Amino acid sequence: MSFLLTATCAVPAVGAVVTAALPAGTTEARRRTSRATALGFSVAALVLAAVIAARFSPDGPRYQLTESYSWIRAFGISFSFGVDGIGAVLVLLTAVLVPLVMLASWHDAAPDSGDSVAGTPAPDGSFENNRRTQGFFALILAVEAMVLVSFLATDLFLFYVFFEAMLIPLYFLIGGFGDRAGGPEQARQRSYAAVKFLLYNLLGGLVMLAAVIGFYVIARDQNQGTFDLQALTRAIADGKLVIDSSAEKALFLGFFFAFAVKAPLWPLHTWLPNAMGESTAGTAVLITAVVDKVGTFAMLRYCLGLFPNASKFFAPGILVLAVIGILYGALLAVGQKDIKRLIAYASISHFGFIIMGIFAMTSQGQSGATLYMVNHGISTALLMLLAGFLISRRGSRLIADFGGVQKVAPVLAGTFLIGGLATLSLPGLAPFVSEFLVLVGTFTRYPALGIIATLGIVLAALYVLVLYQRTMTGPVKASVSGMPDLKARELLVAAPLIALTIALGVYPKPLTDLVNPAVADTLVQVHRTDPAPVHPVAATPGGVTK
Amino acid sequence: MSLMTLAASGNTPSIPAPQIEYGQLSPMLIVFGTAVVGILLEAFLPRRLRHPAQVGVALLGLAGAFAAVLVLAIQGYGGTRSGLLAMGSVALDGPALFLQGVIILASVLAVLSYAERGLDPRIDGVPQDPFTAQAAATPGGEQEQLATRAGFATTEVYPLTLFAVGGMLLFPAANDLLTMFVALEVFSLPLYLLCALARRRRLLSQEAAVKYFLLGSFSSAFFLFGSALLYGYSGSFRLPEIADAISGTAPITPALANTTQNDALLLIGLAMLAVGLLFKVAAVPFHAWTPDVYQGAPTPVTGFMAAATKVAAFGALLRVFYVAFPGVRWDWRPVMWGVAILTMVAGAVLAVTQQDVKRLLAYSSIAHAGFLLTGVIATNRQGIAAVLFYLLAYALVTLGAFAAVTLVRDSRGEATHLSSWAGLGRRSPLLAAVFALFLLSFAGIPLTAGFTGKFAVFQAAAAGGAIPLVIVGVLSSAVAAFFYIRVIVLMFFSDPQPNGPAVVIPSTATATVISVAVAATLVLGLAPQYFLDLASKASMFVR
Repeated sequence: MSFLLTATCAVPAVGAVVTAALPAGTTEARRRTSRATALGFSVAALVLAAVIAARFSPDGPRYQLTESYSWIRAFGISFSFGVDGIGAVLVLLTAVLVPLVMLASWHDAAPDSGDSVAGTPAPDGSFENNRRTQGFFALILAVEAMVLVSFLATDLFLFYVFFEAMLIPLYFLIGGFGDRAGGPEQARQRSYAAVKFLLYNLLGGLVMLAAVIGFYVIARDQNQGTFDLQALTRAIADGKLVIDSSAEKALFLGFFFAFAVKAPLWPLHTWLPNAMGESTAGTAVLITAVVDKVGTFAMLRYCLGLFPNASKFFAPGILVLAVIGILYGALLAVGQKDIKRLIAYASISHFGFIIMGIFAMTSQGQSGATLYMVNHGISTALLMLLAGFLISRRGSRLIADFGGVQKVAPVLAGTFLIGGLATLSLPGLAPFVSEFLVLVGTFTRYPALGIIATLGIVLAALYVLVLYQRTMTGPVKASVSGMPDLKARELLVAAPLIALTIALGVYPKPLTDLVNPAVADTLVQVHRTDPAPVHPVAATPGGVTK
Repeated sequence: MSLMTLAASGNTPSIPAPQIEYGQLSPMLIVFGTAVVGILLEAFLPRRLRHPAQVGVALLGLAGAFAAVLVLAIQGYGGTRSGLLAMGSVALDGPALFLQGVIILASVLAVLSYAERGLDPRIDGVPQDPFTAQAAATPGGEQEQLATRAGFATTEVYPLTLFAVGGMLLFPAANDLLTMFVALEVFSLPLYLLCALARRRRLLSQEAAVKYFLLGSFSSAFFLFGSALLYGYSGSFRLPEIADAISGTAPITPALANTTQNDALLLIGLAMLAVGLLFKVAAVPFHAWTPDVYQGAPTPVTGFMAAATKVAAFGALLRVFYVAFPGVRWDWRPVMWGVAILTMVAGAVLAVTQQDVKRLLAYSSIAHAGFLLTGVIATNRQGIAAVLFYLLAYALVTLGAFAAVTLVRDSRGEATHLSSWAGLGRRSPLLAAVFALFLLSFAGIPLTAGFTGKFAVFQAAAAGGAIPLVIVGVLSSAVAAFFYIRVIVLMFFSDPQPNGPAVVIPSTATATVISVAVAATLVLGLAPQYFLDLASKASMFVR
């Protein structure tokens, strides 16, 4: 038994504690120390994640590097970790994005200066104020640790606990840190966004708790009183654990509700634009590119793995919601005036694609959906972080406040364009591969839905290009004229993301190799095989009827 | 010499001496004995020595009682052994011993927060504790000022509290209805008095005491009347004998031949008994006193009541339903379902509009009573274990939360109005973070004590077939989460008021209370296995 997975989760957790415990950031040097410490821990986590990916063999069993430690024996709960191909790529994604988010947010959590929230005298020198920097970076590490546990847990209860607990650090990230330029109205908005985020997700989580308890009780009545995922899926496959149809549907809905809030699926999405709009760009990336992936990941692993029949039963309905989400998100993105909210709605549209790929239940669809999670993470992180750089230069999130940026800051505009093009799935960039796979995968089983969903691509081109055109091209607005171009630190954030976008667009094979066996296993669990390709009606031999 | 020979030779008709197992009853005896010592100290010690002496004696007594509980637990009474004491009127078994341990722990913390004298500014160099200088003086009158200036202190609170603790220790252990009633009165009467002794806002405090006393007397009367009816039904006050009468295996007393086995007596008696007990646990619709009393009572007393009373009352409730009435569970379960649902929903919904921290915590305690009732309704061993664990977690977190409330003060004493808590996270992030942790635990966020408890009771209820109850519980948890979060938002994301309250740095007493509560919240959330085992081993009632 190796300790690799535990270590991967523990490193950021320890980092969070260490960062929070460093001496208060009264001087810039001390603040730099705490930022560097946090970054160091996140890089260490990245190294461990890379080791996981390297040691994972796609041809081996589904869950590898497994570890298990007893936790609460009374309820059959253990600290069980194991990684499958889907988990491995998402762990990599998380580990790559968190250091970049930190680097991008380097100065976002400086202590308040005089003109702080609400115009009240700044609590200068207060404990809280001096610890802002540490608090922000410690919270990011805490979120990273919890997300990693959710991806690596092979114990249903362990997953639930961290799925739910990660809301708390996120809640403080959203509510406590944002652009502070806006005065009391903005502070109110931000607090509203944080509460909305927490209540939506908490409700989802509590409904899931009821389902978890119900599932446990049913399983225990059949002498399968455990939360161990592998044991449970084996018992279901062997027919040792039989859940009657109506109970299975109810449990499925309980789980799915929580994941659909988190993902977010239309119509449970409304917390996302608020949360992403009001938080810092770094937090927004953390939410949409990392945390929300836990929702879609869990649909794939838990909904499909534990409730195969109910998944098949509800799939058509979920697909319809997903397609509505694709179009709805895209249409609303077209109409946004606020850059961050635009990206949020675009994400809702993209989550529609991911969920569609999962519930189409074809191998292309699900491989595509998993790739989509990664690619969406990378491309949205790129676009959002650059948008954050742009916004911090002007002090406004409104599209109308920008214009002609490409003349003053060509590098910023160019990288922003790459992020945009990735978001609209330009062929050659990573998201194209996954979007194509999802659409093909859906089309082979549900042609009508596949065709309607394609409209989402058209709308994506519209909202991305209009955003670029309004902010970057045209005459240089007076307010933009002195805008500096990307600094070295910012380039350092953008460069790896751009490289990944291009590399995975041209050569996605390393990822697909990791993902495909796990997807195949999931499809076996739900007893689905790919529909046989439909051949065009073969011409009658001889070819002539008359 | 002569007496003994007479008794031995059996010539005189002798009254059989009751057999009392002093050793096994020692937790209660120690507490009562210490209370008596406290009264003597009050009578004979000079005024300036009373405070330290009373605090020391009370803590010593409680420590002794806790040691006695530990000794009994080591002897195996926490699980494998059990026994009936004092001629069958007191039970010594797992649940009783576990809850006695919890009550004593809670009382130690409560006494520590009573003893806090560093919060109010000194008057003429005399440190002020949370209690009125002279309870008999008219609020705001001249005599009150004189008493305050003279440095009087109501040190009677310590013996009073010890009497209450003694009653609470007896309450969940009582094996017959009369003993239970006596225990109920023994712990209720001191509590009525304690409620009236606040130093600040004395009228509110006295009003709270009167309300609590009137409603409490009513509920005691219900309890007593219910016991009488049950005696008529079964011919006995003993819980196991009532169970025998229900199952039809008990011999019928000739004098009660007309009423025995009359189901109307049984059901009405059971209902009245339940009213008395549900009043003490603050279940809806018998909860109306809770917010007023919690708000008016001195905050350390509120913490003590909220924690220890609830533990004792749930212990008694469990014993009554599991020992005496398992045979009629099909009659009481539907009613208790209704009560549990009402309690969870009303507690959570009414809390949403509260503007006062203490009232908010009062409604939250009502909602928690509802969650606990789902464990009672489970009617299985897991249910008992889950309720025991939940009570442990709830009691410690509650005491911590009320201790934290005492630290937020302005010129008029504690600032309990929520609006004055705005921005507390900026002024004193440590206290705000601690209070937020308690709130998250109340809300049942994973990795805190509250979550483990909630999971345990819901899991037991689901196993007992009460899935709808679990769903209602989960949904009302979501509503409850809203108001806990509201306080957190207020503390962390709102701007401080210009003349807002300050957080007073407490003495070690209150600091200890809060630290213990924080530690308990984390340990019971992160590594609860040991305590779950303890509760699980203790989950057998003796019959």
